[in-house]
Amino acid sequence: MSRSHRSVIPGFGLSLGLTLTYLSLIVLLPLSAAFIKTLGMSWDDFWTAVASPRVVASYRISFLASLAAASVNCVFGLIVAWVLVRYPFPGRRIVDALVGLPFALPTAVAGIALTALYAPNGWIGALAAPYGVKIAFTEIGIFIALTFIGLPFVVRTLQPIIEELEPEFEEASASLGANRWQTLRRVIFPQLVPALLTGFAMAFARALGEYGSVVFISGNMPMRTEITPLLIITKLEQYDYAGATAIAVVMLGASFLMLLVINLLQKWSRRHHTV
Amino acid sequence: MSVLARNLTKTFGAYTALADVSLEIPTGKLVALLGPSGSGKTTLLRIIAGLEFADPGSGRIDFHGADVTDVPAGKRGVGFVFQHYALFKHMTVAENIAFGLTVRPRRERPDRAAIDARVKELLKLIQLEDLGARYPAQLSGGQRQRIALARALAVQPKVLLLDEPFGALDARVRKELRRWLRHFQREIGVTTLFVTHDQEEALELADEVIVMNNAKIEQVGTPQEVYDRPASPFVIEFLGNVNRFATKANPLPGAGSDVLYVRPHDVDILRDYHGEHGVRVRVQHVFSAGNTGRVALVRADNGDSIDAELSRVRLAELNLLAGDEAWVVFRHIRLFPAGGFTERDVATEDATPAIADPGQGI
Repeated sequence: MSRSHRSVIPGFGLSLGLTLTYLSLIVLLPLSAAFIKTLGMSWDDFWTAVASPRVVASYRISFLASLAAASVNCVFGLIVAWVLVRYPFPGRRIVDALVGLPFALPTAVAGIALTALYAPNGWIGALAAPYGVKIAFTEIGIFIALTFIGLPFVVRTLQPIIEELEPEFEEASASLGANRWQTLRRVIFPQLVPALLTGFAMAFARALGEYGSVVFISGNMPMRTEITPLLIITKLEQYDYAGATAIAVVMLGASFLMLLVINLLQKWSRRHHTV
Repeated sequence: MSVLARNLTKTFGAYTALADVSLEIPTGKLVALLGPSGSGKTTLLRIIAGLEFADPGSGRIDFHGADVTDVPAGKRGVGFVFQHYALFKHMTVAENIAFGLTVRPRRERPDRAAIDARVKELLKLIQLEDLGARYPAQLSGGQRQRIALARALAVQPKVLLLDEPFGALDARVRKELRRWLRHFQREIGVTTLFVTHDQEEALELADEVIVMNNAKIEQVGTPQEVYDRPASPFVIEFLGNVNRFATKANPLPGAGSDVLYVRPHDVDILRDYHGEHGVRVRVQHVFSAGNTGRVALVRADNGDSIDAELSRVRLAELNLLAGDEAWVVFRHIRLFPAGGFTERDVATEDATPAIADPGQGI
């Protein structure tokens, strides 16, 4: 930075240096290690590792279940966040704390608890079994586990935004004759879209990488309920480090691309919000 | 459309925002609700709008004879303009203005072409014809305020309510927009009530001024009336600069601690004075801007400060300098005894008791 560009906020050089060093150590270094590891493979080996039918099936289930879970969380997370912020009711603090539980719970505990509930002999599983519906050890089970761990991301992103919504906009809408539903749909919801997208992105990213809670409930049947992170672990256990990192690189690339798209969407959605 | 509010009381916990307030706004008039912050004026406006409701069992609001006390805001037929405009940021200017029409039930909703025509007409009215496709963030404060006004007018409200409409604007734009609103309101003739804490704004703009203080209405009248014949010490102090003197001895009949007021433009400065009504003063500071000169004075006997306003010509004649000694006489004084209020025109009356013995009386 030249002298002519001195800023009133000091410490730019130092803090940027720290930021870059920290990011490099914590994020970039491990990620580049994955890429470097795959560089040792021939193109054919790489392709066999990442494009075998079993691996492709795992991408499918991982991405689809994560997408579905994040989408459902957007709908219900929005409702939960809205209720928690807008309506004072007895026990609100407790419900609020409950929402954060999936953050804190060891994922394996969540997995075991969910499996016990949804297995054919569990409380909920037993209710569904007579109708021939199996929840645990199917795609539905994976979806439920991913929904469970993703909920707090959506709720915690939306809460502060809902808290800061200016009542003026709702009042303006009401005084112009809009009913509650019109106000919600046309005035409030557009203000929440950027935060909703952020919550979606975080829940989705978390679901993609989730391992602990899923492996118990999914049953891990090859081609059907095997998620990609499990395949990576399996390869590692077989000492196929290159194969594991190859799959990891594909996951990484895909996740990065999706997050990028969501970021662009978010930017687009708040294009008029700068005042 | 006249607005009639009777016996409105509003409390927030232990705090009383409105204490048994009644008012009437005649059809087509532009009325100012004037008062300091916390006087209850915004609460009153919001209750008239239906954005808030008076305490259960208290009061009644009629619009042109029809009881609207329990009618929700959207069905009252009011246009409300917020201090910070509250324009919907994700909608264009045209979409903002059309909002009130597009949310109508399908049966009452005008068709697309009719809505577009109405938006166009309003944009023309507010002199922003070319900005329909812009977003609020791309506009200046004054433009946003006019759009907020157009949005409120699109649904053809019976009453227009404005909350501190010029509060967030800088001085120059405020002045311009004020004049524009005056003209605009005359043209469309909608009954309008606006809240302000700026006395100059209220006096310059309104047909009628309602002065509020402490959850109550202090006085209602034309700007001329409230300025020339203030009903209480609060009103005289709130409307413009005034010199305030506590009288030690009670010069007029009436008990209690009386207070005497003199407007700065009723203070005359003389180099020499030999009558009985003069007060000896020392000049502290002289300042002139435009056609008026302001002089800060200090009484020689007790150090009370007195502000005087005189014409520039008169100021030049006097040729006052800081530190000079002079005399002042009061052309017009107002006295508020504990019981009531008396007005004295010194010029037409001989030997006003308050002035007769300046050393001890005032």
